[in-house]
Amino acid sequence: MAELKSVGKSIRKKDAMQLLLGKPAYVDDVTPHDALVVKVLRSPHAHALIQDIKIDIAMKVPGIEAIYTYKDVPQKRFTMAGQTYPEPSPYDRLLLDQRVRFVGDAVAIVAGETEKAVDKALKLIKVTYEVLEPVLDFHQAKDNPILVHPEENWRSLCPVGADNKRNLCASGVDAYGDVDAVLEDCDHVIEHTFHVKACQQAMMETFRTYTEIDRYGRLHVVSATQIVFHCRRIIANALDIPKSKVHVEKPRIGGGFGAKQTVIAEVYPAFVTWKTGKPAKMIYTRQETQIAGSPRHEMEMHVRLGASDDGTIRAIDLYTLSNTGAYGEHGPTTVGLSGHKSISVYTGNLEAYRFGFDVVYTNKQSAGAYRGYGATQGLFAVESMVNELADKLGIDPVVIREKNIVREGMTMPSYYNETTNACALDRCIERCKDIFGWEEKFPVRDMGNGRVRAAGIALSMQGSGISGLDVGSATVKLGDEGFYNLLIGAADMGTGCDTILAQIAAECLECSPDEIEVFGADSDASPYDSGSYASSTTYVTGKAVEKACIALKENMCKVAAEVLNCAENEVEFRGDGVYKLDGTGMISRTDIATKSMIGNTIPAQATVSHTSPVSPPPFMAGMVEIELDKETGNVQVLNYAAVVDCGIPINPNLARIQAEGGIVQGIGMALHENVSYTAQGRIMEDSFMQYKIPTRLDMGKLHVEFENSNEPTGPYGAKSIGEVVINTPAPAIAHAIFRATGVWHRTLPITPEKILLGSADE
Amino acid sequence: MLKITNYVRPQTLDEAYEFCQKRGNVVLGGMLWLKMQNRTIHTAIDLCDLGLDKIEEENDEYRIGAMVSLRALETHEGLNTLTQGAFCAAIEHIVGVQFRNSATIGGSIYGRFGFSDVLTLFSVLGAKVHLYHLGMLSIKEFVQLPRTTRDILVEVVIPKRKMQVVYLSQRNTATDFPVVACALSCMDGNYICAIGARPGAAQVFSDKMEILSPEITQESAQAFGESIANRAVFGSNMRSSAEYRKKVCSVLVRRAALMLREVQHAN
Amino acid sequence: MQIKLTLNGRAICADVAADVLLIDFLREHGCLSVKRGCETANCGLCTVLMDDIPILSCSMLVVRASGHAIYTLEGLQAEAEEFAGFIADQGAEQCGFCNPGFVMNTIALLRENPEPTDDEIRAYLAGNLCRCSGYEGQLRGIRAYLDWKKGGETCG
Repeated sequence: MAELKSVGKSIRKKDAMQLLLGKPAYVDDVTPHDALVVKVLRSPHAHALIQDIKIDIAMKVPGIEAIYTYKDVPQKRFTMAGQTYPEPSPYDRLLLDQRVRFVGDAVAIVAGETEKAVDKALKLIKVTYEVLEPVLDFHQAKDNPILVHPEENWRSLCPVGADNKRNLCASGVDAYGDVDAVLEDCDHVIEHTFHVKACQQAMMETFRTYTEIDRYGRLHVVSATQIVFHCRRIIANALDIPKSKVHVEKPRIGGGFGAKQTVIAEVYPAFVTWKTGKPAKMIYTRQETQIAGSPRHEMEMHVRLGASDDGTIRAIDLYTLSNTGAYGEHGPTTVGLSGHKSISVYTGNLEAYRFGFDVVYTNKQSAGAYRGYGATQGLFAVESMVNELADKLGIDPVVIREKNIVREGMTMPSYYNETTNACALDRCIERCKDIFGWEEKFPVRDMGNGRVRAAGIALSMQGSGISGLDVGSATVKLGDEGFYNLLIGAADMGTGCDTILAQIAAECLECSPDEIEVFGADSDASPYDSGSYASSTTYVTGKAVEKACIALKENMCKVAAEVLNCAENEVEFRGDGVYKLDGTGMISRTDIATKSMIGNTIPAQATVSHTSPVSPPPFMAGMVEIELDKETGNVQVLNYAAVVDCGIPINPNLARIQAEGGIVQGIGMALHENVSYTAQGRIMEDSFMQYKIPTRLDMGKLHVEFENSNEPTGPYGAKSIGEVVINTPAPAIAHAIFRATGVWHRTLPITPEKILLGSADE
Repeated sequence: MLKITNYVRPQTLDEAYEFCQKRGNVVLGGMLWLKMQNRTIHTAIDLCDLGLDKIEEENDEYRIGAMVSLRALETHEGLNTLTQGAFCAAIEHIVGVQFRNSATIGGSIYGRFGFSDVLTLFSVLGAKVHLYHLGMLSIKEFVQLPRTTRDILVEVVIPKRKMQVVYLSQRNTATDFPVVACALSCMDGNYICAIGARPGAAQVFSDKMEILSPEITQESAQAFGESIANRAVFGSNMRSSAEYRKKVCSVLVRRAALMLREVQHAN
Repeated sequence: MQIKLTLNGRAICADVAADVLLIDFLREHGCLSVKRGCETANCGLCTVLMDDIPILSCSMLVVRASGHAIYTLEGLQAEAEEFAGFIADQGAEQCGFCNPGFVMNTIALLRENPEPTDDEIRAYLAGNLCRCSGYEGQLRGIRAYLDWKKGGETCG
């Protein structure tokens, strides 16, 4: 392969200096400041029916434009999940419903000229509730006589085992081999239950949306969203208006991590604007983001793992109970990853597996998509089990993994029978062991004064897009003086995909990434893209970019051949222009651009869509060293080493930052980030004062490296990186804590109190 | 959302005191806690023009104006020398530099917050609180004042006596509220220990059983820790249980005593 | 109420309500770099300099800022640009939403302590949350900038 000039280079993100210098870039910066302020009155009850709602006094507050209640909204149910139609998530929402289903559920929409007026009006709306008993314990939800969604017009569009009359959002089982028979035959079977809470993405920019009626009378939506096309459909569904009437664009996004793969804020100002014809804006507070956002699905995993004396892992039986909360966004899909992305890591000798699941409705905050998307939960369970097995058998946890992991060329029955074309997991482990100093750090070391140092390990895998489903598209255009426009529908939410896709284009077009101007994402102007989620953008959209560039080059050769008076097969594209193969002439890119605008019928642009029948997993090994204070239970992360196989990293710097950011989120989830509810169903961690994401004093030192593999189906060998990186900290840290204390913690977060009091389970 | 109708900057303490007598009027500290409250204030009284933002060193005391920022205390050389760095140790964990630049000693002390590191530390320094109307009160007397007291905290005074001080806290994350805070001092052979974040406001204990006398040893430190943990009253909140606090209190007090011994030996 | 302050070196007079927060005033006056990330003074996104001291503009009444000199990132572009490039070279700006607060507080740090250790950097910036970067790239960037400056000074 020729030496790559743009791919594999750590160039700056295209928007880096604009962002670092604080230039206006986000929804609230780039939209008018005199729009109607939109807020939502939220339910104080976990489960209630609105008996009466009086808005007349509130309407009298000067500056109030409109107040809407459940009586004013369309009665067709929809889902807010940003997924390809027909969505696996059930159609269980109305914009406003007479039944409220969690503390924070929307009761009324208020729009006014100032925030003060809106706040005043919110206080003056008088609601009489018939308070109902809620379903708060997700163990009790299935077949509970209390139904979260008793309504007749609830619908599930896909066969996911959903049944609203049983509080089921999804249910199923999937198996290979005879798991019971193999487990029966195993020398060792260990069995435990693990619990992961509904952690928050906690992106720095809260949910926010601006809406207006444009000059064609259409609804123009500017929103912090990862999914402009899904967003268009969902808003149209919510408002019960034609899709053609909605135009969605995203400016820069202040972080997403999956939160903005669900339509959270958009529908409220959209409804206000559609009804009033006036510009409107909704900015979620941090508190709203914490109580009415789209966090991780709380899951409980029951695992049985069977192995031989020599550490051969022969069977895994996993049952996941997932809590989708009040609504079903991403409920049927996240749960799948808890099995498919955890069991598959141990394909090596696996003779049988079974993965069963129920996803239940409760009267808690609705869950959504958060980086890792179920894999995080499943891997916490399975990786912990493997560590426990190693301990039980007296085998080094690195060795037991080397014995059982999936390797290149293996077919994974628990992963849709996909075969790993590119897998460097073995090399990741080996390299991680070296850079971490496993031999030296794994033994528990007494540091005096009650403090011990210990280490732990975990592995991770994820996917790269949704196989056979996700569509990525790119349009590449040649412009004056020979620069290129790259139009995409994928969403750069800080990840750097605009730059990464430009690098792919530059590689293919043999130019500098500086000559590629990227635009995205806009549902009117961008070519269709499922959006940025499921670790799909580099892998799926990246391939579309590569193909679009190839198509454009062909068109440029056609234009050039006309000018050079020769046949198309007598010229070749060389970056700065098109050359005659016989060396007798060339035409520069600038001149091709000029020619393309004069009496030309050959498009100087190309649009290509791409989808992939497979979803090649990236892999990762993570090792952590902690210092644990046995007298206080305090844990300090000292070092975290990780080696990632994301195929060929297109931009190693950006890949490294993804890994580092994911690891720190994982550390927060393992040790600090708690979600607890009062007996009445109110979330207690509703601010950054109570929901403690890691500061730079809470994460130790990170060391990330890459072991490349070459994925033949990806652009320039790339797989994904965005999600795989969040999965190792929880099981690795739980492992290290076990090493230090002798107690396995199976519920997150593992707080100092739990460690000191030795309460392993809740 | 906090609503404020009027804002005044009194030019004399007398004027400030007059304003603060009216219900609905509030003296502003750093505004960090106040701002989070959902309430309506008639008149916000800002003491910023009264020159209370200075730490003044006298022959026998430090006078710390009510508007001195926590950051100024944290980085103050004299106070940290006096207390062997306890000011820094008590304050450096509070949220972040910007927060500590705004938060004031007056606001921290006047609020008598349960989680207060500052109140816990000041409880062992022989500090006095100067209230405009009620005059000079010990921290103990001040803490017992009814919450309805309407007075102006002018300054906090710390005697410049020879003292050894150690401050330790347990926090779930580096910049979170403490789960248990422990300040231990020794002045003229008298040990004073304050336990904060119980989660209630700091309780102060002397070594009345003279456990640490004649000297601090592993055993006496251990016994002192257990004794304080038994005497202190703990409760539970979302950060931890009473049981955990009690255990950690015993550990922190023991460690503080042993660290104090090091300080004593170093002196 | 009438207030007078200097904003990024320019004198401003304005009539404001008593409870307007500095962050909202600044955004209304075109300083859109100032961001709100929480309501509880925990995130550091709204950091500005008041009389050269970094404070949280979300917790400061604009009437209180009257008579003082306020700087936002809009007013410190040149000073910021010098070191921001080193953050960009790490890709550590990521989503960028925390960047202005982070940059402002780093400026304050480096003015106060031109040669900080890694631990001093971590401690000073602890009140600046970032959910994307994992912080390590920000540290690498600051370190690279300091090394470059040191090299530049010894060479020049």
